[in-house]
Amino acid sequence: MRVTKPRIVPPGAPRNELGMTRRDYEGGMSTLCAGCGHDSVTAAIVQACFELSLPPQSVAKLSGIGCSSKTTAYFVAGAHGFNGVHGRMPAIAAGASAANRKLRYIGVSGDGDSLSIGLGQLGHAIRRNMNMLYMLENNGVYGLTKGQFSASADMGSRSKKGEKNQNEPIDPVLLALSLGATFVARSFSGDKEQLVPLIKAGLTHRGFGLIDVLSPCVTFNDHEGSTKSYAYVREHQQAAIAADYVEPRREITVSYAEGEAVSVEMHDGSNVLLRKLDRDYDPTDRAKALAYVQERVQRNEYVTGMIYLGEGRSHFHDRHNTPDEPLNSIPYEKLCPGSAGLAGILSGFR
Amino acid sequence: MQPTDTRDPDYYHRVVDCQWACPAHTDVPEYIRLIAQGRYSDAYMVNRESNVFPGILGRVCDRPCEPACRRGRVEEKPVAICRLKRVAADLRDDIRPRLPRAPSVRNGKRIACIGAGPASLTVANDLVPLGYEVLIFERYTRTGGLMRTNIPSFRLPAEVLDEEIGYVLDMGAELRLGEPVDSLKRLLDEGGFDAVFVGTGAPTGKDLVLPGRDGSDRIHIGIAWLESVAFGHTKKIGDNVLIIGVGNTAMDCCRTSLRLGATSVKVVARKPRGFFKASQWELEDAEEESVEILVNHAPRSFLIEDGRLRGMVFDRMEYEVDAGRIVAERVTGQVTLPCDDVILAIGQENAFPWIERDIGIEFNRWGAPSVDETTFQATRPEVFFGGDAAFGPKNIIWAVEHGHQAAISIHRYCQGLPVGERPPRGVKLQSRKMGMHEWSYKNDYNPSERRLVPQVGLKERFRQLNIEVELGFDADAAATEVQRCLNCDIQTVFEAKLCIECDACIDICPTDCLTITRDGPREELETRLKAPRRNPEQGLYVSSALKQTGRVMVKDEDLCVHCGLCAERCPTNAWDMQKSWIDIPHAEDEATCPSGTSRKSA
Repeated sequence: MRVTKPRIVPPGAPRNELGMTRRDYEGGMSTLCAGCGHDSVTAAIVQACFELSLPPQSVAKLSGIGCSSKTTAYFVAGAHGFNGVHGRMPAIAAGASAANRKLRYIGVSGDGDSLSIGLGQLGHAIRRNMNMLYMLENNGVYGLTKGQFSASADMGSRSKKGEKNQNEPIDPVLLALSLGATFVARSFSGDKEQLVPLIKAGLTHRGFGLIDVLSPCVTFNDHEGSTKSYAYVREHQQAAIAADYVEPRREITVSYAEGEAVSVEMHDGSNVLLRKLDRDYDPTDRAKALAYVQERVQRNEYVTGMIYLGEGRSHFHDRHNTPDEPLNSIPYEKLCPGSAGLAGILSGFR
Repeated sequence: MQPTDTRDPDYYHRVVDCQWACPAHTDVPEYIRLIAQGRYSDAYMVNRESNVFPGILGRVCDRPCEPACRRGRVEEKPVAICRLKRVAADLRDDIRPRLPRAPSVRNGKRIACIGAGPASLTVANDLVPLGYEVLIFERYTRTGGLMRTNIPSFRLPAEVLDEEIGYVLDMGAELRLGEPVDSLKRLLDEGGFDAVFVGTGAPTGKDLVLPGRDGSDRIHIGIAWLESVAFGHTKKIGDNVLIIGVGNTAMDCCRTSLRLGATSVKVVARKPRGFFKASQWELEDAEEESVEILVNHAPRSFLIEDGRLRGMVFDRMEYEVDAGRIVAERVTGQVTLPCDDVILAIGQENAFPWIERDIGIEFNRWGAPSVDETTFQATRPEVFFGGDAAFGPKNIIWAVEHGHQAAISIHRYCQGLPVGERPPRGVKLQSRKMGMHEWSYKNDYNPSERRLVPQVGLKERFRQLNIEVELGFDADAAATEVQRCLNCDIQTVFEAKLCIECDACIDICPTDCLTITRDGPREELETRLKAPRRNPEQGLYVSSALKQTGRVMVKDEDLCVHCGLCAERCPTNAWDMQKSWIDIPHAEDEATCPSGTSRKSA
């Protein structure tokens, strides 16, 4: 038996504005373990890109090292891609984004790549408000090296062999909120109804969008005593805000009682409709959001959904005045200041 | 919703669309896999178990399996199932040693079969090895019934008929050729039979009583004319021939006319295309031989001048068609088509002038016998009907299935068991998993298109009446065609209690046939499927509640291509690929076979 997905397009398969089917947004066959949460995240990204009718060549996929970082190979085969060194994906993203701000950057990383070796890189990408969607596939374990605790493993959670984790975890959501991220969300690989709209909103957001996706490791962290197993996450996730993505020029047809929903307009005219599942929650107030998540963490709950959205803040390109056109399309004469120009710039630093 | 009960043998049977559609429930995917392995004789035997005449049916079956084939749902054309059956027959070795024989000591029961067509031969095939003494009475001097007299030899060579009928006779059935049964009463009273099976077919062609009908002897009735050709009595026909009617008999008549010297043959249909009774492939074969098919011509009269047939007069018709049905019709004019011969192929009927009406066999007001649709028993308990004789004209594969069922009934009747109690169907499942990424079947989707069957050239084939037009696949073409089969009998079997709802199967499924969703009433649940439900006739699997969320796994059987990726990507083996064997009982399953060799163990 071969493990290849047959190229069958069922008659009547839905097509998007570009005439493409969802399957046209797939990539190579996954070689991750059967049942890996990351494959569901991949499927959610495929679904989101299909629904947004993104031309594949307008997408750039970036990753570092780890199980999570393999997943960029499994979606949008026609996109640009760069698989960087461990923890250094944000640096690649900064460079690529500075050179070409027209692409949509999707970075896929894991808890090891982002919170251990790459923590410094992640922190600064957030501060700079890089214009990218950063998917953090979070399973609390180093799967590729066979099951050591990662930096996001909760205190007291147990490894497959029964060991107890004794270090404090780094919560990417709290980290992002405290460093000034403008789009912070948490979701679960097993909940595509929540995840797909978040990805669509994240791809539309201008600035750094972090989605912390609880994505269970079926091989090394799906046992009793784990706080990142399918069963545990299902029991302990608490959706606070559901984000519905509403396409540009599409009317919001569902009406909500006052205080139940807020609509946030994105730069391209689309809307993200935030439905409050918890009435006391305000996803546009960073301080309150931070307090809310912290309080829930104490209660061993994962708050999921759109946790904070600050649309309209200045981002990397505003701050650095990057050109609209990609550098490779700017004439050489304009791109290169020349000796005299360079001397002028250098004298400015003296 | 109530979780699906997959122990019901019909559930997995329906998934194997070809086998479900086949009246005799031939295990098609199984024999196709055997052909793929080069095990042609084994493939032949799997066929023979259900349909008894693989070589014959591999040429002229009505192929209800092919329109049902799953392949036809993912691309234009189904697997060439019928042609593959012929491959198994063409390339087999001598299978005679594998056939059962009558036991040396018979069981003392005598059965008469009237007519040596497919239904009677199937009864003999099923009962002789059980020890029954079976006598077949045939009015003609040759066996085969309508298979021989109505199907021209350029489609079904006599040797193929002789060989496969020979298998049945060699088991130990007794054949009485040229012995018509003129009186059923006498046979019942004096024959000393424990049961009588009537398999006399539908031998009477319908006539068209219109002005001029009696004015010429050049107006023929299709099946009688074909019969006369088959027996060599008719060797010629005029230049211009009109065939009235557009069923499969009409196709045989027009192609036979071309071989007897006609230069212009027109098939005249009353209705437009889409309302034709002939199979699509038979129409194509006829049109390839330059037969013209005229639509919307309703016969009005025969044109006889000076005692000679000159032509036929037709009304030109116009129809209003709405949603595939004719809602109104009108005549727009008249037209005369000249001709030398007319062949009427407008249908056939069964006829029983030899059955007395006072011997306890009831007939309905159309002159057809009252026959039980399950047991094939007549109102006189020791008399059974099957094939076209039972419910009017159908086809060979239905006749075979009638024969199987009648054989069960006859056996139960002779053993003093209630005939209405039928042996139950069953289903057996066995995993195809061999290890990590290892499955013992070939799931790879092969995008090859349907192979074309090579045919004898358009000049060569008319040289002689009995040149078989279709040459059949060679081993290479067959090797490609078999890979088009989607292995529908390798079932996706789900164990709800093992599922951790990781979505791996949902994400990998190439056709979106799986959904995990909250339970609900069927109609409402069907609106929440990942891919819209297109075909409500097809099975919908709904699991029991899943452990973690209480949702259910739903599978739309219509869309599945049996690629096995759900099972491949399942971390807990909640999905497994399992071969299903649908157990279709035959008479031998009701009895311990005294001859020691069983067809099924062969």
